[in-house]
Amino acid sequence: MAQAETSFATPPAYDTARIRASIEAVAIPLGALVASAIIFSVFLTLLGKSPLQFFELVWRGGFGSSFSLQNTLQRATPLILTGLAFAIPARIGLVMIGAEGALVIGGFAAAALAIPLVSAEAPVYLTMLLMVLIAMAAGGAWNAIAGWLKHSRGVNETISTLLLTYIAIAIMNFFVEGALRDPASQNKPSTMPIGKDYMVGNIPGTDVHWGLVFGLVLAVALQVLMSRTTFGFAARVTGGNPRAALAQGLPVGTLIVVCSAIAGACAGLAGYFEVAAIHGQANASLVAGYGFTGILVAFLARHNPLMIVPVAIMFGAIEASGGLIQRRMDMPDATALVLQGIIFVVLLASDSLYGRFAIFQPKISTERT
Amino acid sequence: MTAEALTTILIAMLGGAIRVSTPFIFVALGETLTEKSGRINLGLEGNLVLGAMVAYAISFHTGSPWLGVLAAGFSGVFLGLMHGSICSLKKVNDIAVGIAMMSFGIGVAFFFGKPYIQPSAPRLESLPLGGWASNPALQQALEINPLFIVGILIAIVMWWALANTRVGLVVRMTGDSEPAARAMGINPIKVRILATAAGGFLAGIGGAFLSLSYPGSWNEGLSSGQGLMAVALVIFARWNPLRCILAALLFGAAGALGPALQSVGISQGYYFFNAAPYILTLFIMVAATGSNSARAAPGELSIAK
Repeated sequence: MAQAETSFATPPAYDTARIRASIEAVAIPLGALVASAIIFSVFLTLLGKSPLQFFELVWRGGFGSSFSLQNTLQRATPLILTGLAFAIPARIGLVMIGAEGALVIGGFAAAALAIPLVSAEAPVYLTMLLMVLIAMAAGGAWNAIAGWLKHSRGVNETISTLLLTYIAIAIMNFFVEGALRDPASQNKPSTMPIGKDYMVGNIPGTDVHWGLVFGLVLAVALQVLMSRTTFGFAARVTGGNPRAALAQGLPVGTLIVVCSAIAGACAGLAGYFEVAAIHGQANASLVAGYGFTGILVAFLARHNPLMIVPVAIMFGAIEASGGLIQRRMDMPDATALVLQGIIFVVLLASDSLYGRFAIFQPKISTERT
Repeated sequence: MTAEALTTILIAMLGGAIRVSTPFIFVALGETLTEKSGRINLGLEGNLVLGAMVAYAISFHTGSPWLGVLAAGFSGVFLGLMHGSICSLKKVNDIAVGIAMMSFGIGVAFFFGKPYIQPSAPRLESLPLGGWASNPALQQALEINPLFIVGILIAIVMWWALANTRVGLVVRMTGDSEPAARAMGINPIKVRILATAAGGFLAGIGGAFLSLSYPGSWNEGLSSGQGLMAVALVIFARWNPLRCILAALLFGAAGALGPALQSVGISQGYYFFNAAPYILTLFIMVAATGSNSARAAPGELSIAK
């Protein structure tokens, strides 16, 4: 057997290594999920609640009926986009946590642009297209500032994106409470409603808005971009070793700025759909924490754009079942936050397990054959 | 603008700076201690919110706000120990763990904090240090919470201890060069876990200020991201505990600028002034790179590499 293995030379060994690495990349996060579920069950048991009932309710509230499934998908949509917004810079080695800010700026820009267009009764599809474009451009430019500062001045991108998020929220509040305030919005200052005609509708036959389709298409497109193109290869090389990338003559600065811009554009698009499909105007509701949950989604998907979709749907289900769990188990809505926190912590701790299990290592592949 | 209006603004900013800056002082000092040991804890927002909830709950049940402050500190130690231990595992990214600890701490605080939103707990009494002043606005501005003074004392002690004691030397050496620390027989992992736990203690006390003094009640929107700002404050203060006070006061004053202007009838740009501290920090980070500030950073710190 061992002889047959060696006579096969490198390609099969390389393949096994790849397959084993991908199995490892799925098995360890799954193991972390199971471990989190066990820890959370202990937590519930200590409080005198039934873990079985909890997970049954999450299943029922998230996927049990066509209504709950659609609710889940609706909630997953912004998480797919903000997950992508964290994952793409992560592939190039950047920890950018500013999706929340890019979402707010994107959503606000779209709502602001809609004000003159709607009052001039511009064509609906043209208005929608312009709103999408400005949301993506605003979000992308906003996040690109952090990428540019990182490359040109060495400013830490985690902290700059965090600061930019607060600045973005302040900018929106400044306009929403001032120049662009709809006088009719008394208690919750908002921009002028964009009006029913200009809002994004649902996918025919469902209650899920078109944002889901955009999210799926972007996930596939970014998967192709990052794993099948020269650009993606260069980005991954830069993420692996920036100095080697510079020595190879790769345009590291451009790569960093473009990846940050793509991330911001994804988050900006999420902001557009929050405005144009959910709220109908820009206000403080845009600051809903999607940007921060997206970080968790991306980590669980190991920054793989395609894997982000199922992970986002899982978190969408946890959120969608929140109401049911509150009513049936008499638990506060923060239960989902505790569960998310536990998953996040356990998942990151599981990062230290990579390369620890012999079964995932190609070195011992002779034993397997 | 009249001189009178200017005085009003300045007094309002002074009062606002003192009130708002206390949690900033504590999270900045906690973060400084942790970062001096070579690790970054981005999760102090979790410590702050959990500390606020625990302090309020304990004060409500025992009737003693100071017991609440102590309990808040220990809730911070708990989160700090978790952060420190997880970061000590190989290949784990300390920035990401910070974000995770933030969501965990906030989740736990909201989960157990639900029953305490309604009831009223005993608060920390402020010290009326403005008795000598004739101006009632100034008197009010100088109603200083004892935790503000405690924070300043801790900053002075920390500044002195980091420079002059054996413990301070061990922390700084671990933060500047892990190989050097190992060569001296120091266990860097242990030092970092302890430094993160101690930093967590301070951040927890900062949270106690939020719920027991100003704004002075427990609810889910209590913190406006003061814990998240800790990392920026420390860069601003160049890892120096004394400058942390200055940074915290400056952030407090910048945050108080909007309300102060509003008190004299200038309401335009209120929300823009809310962003002032963040814009200021961003500019300082841009200006500081490659200069003294970057060299002031502990060598083992992931954001300095």
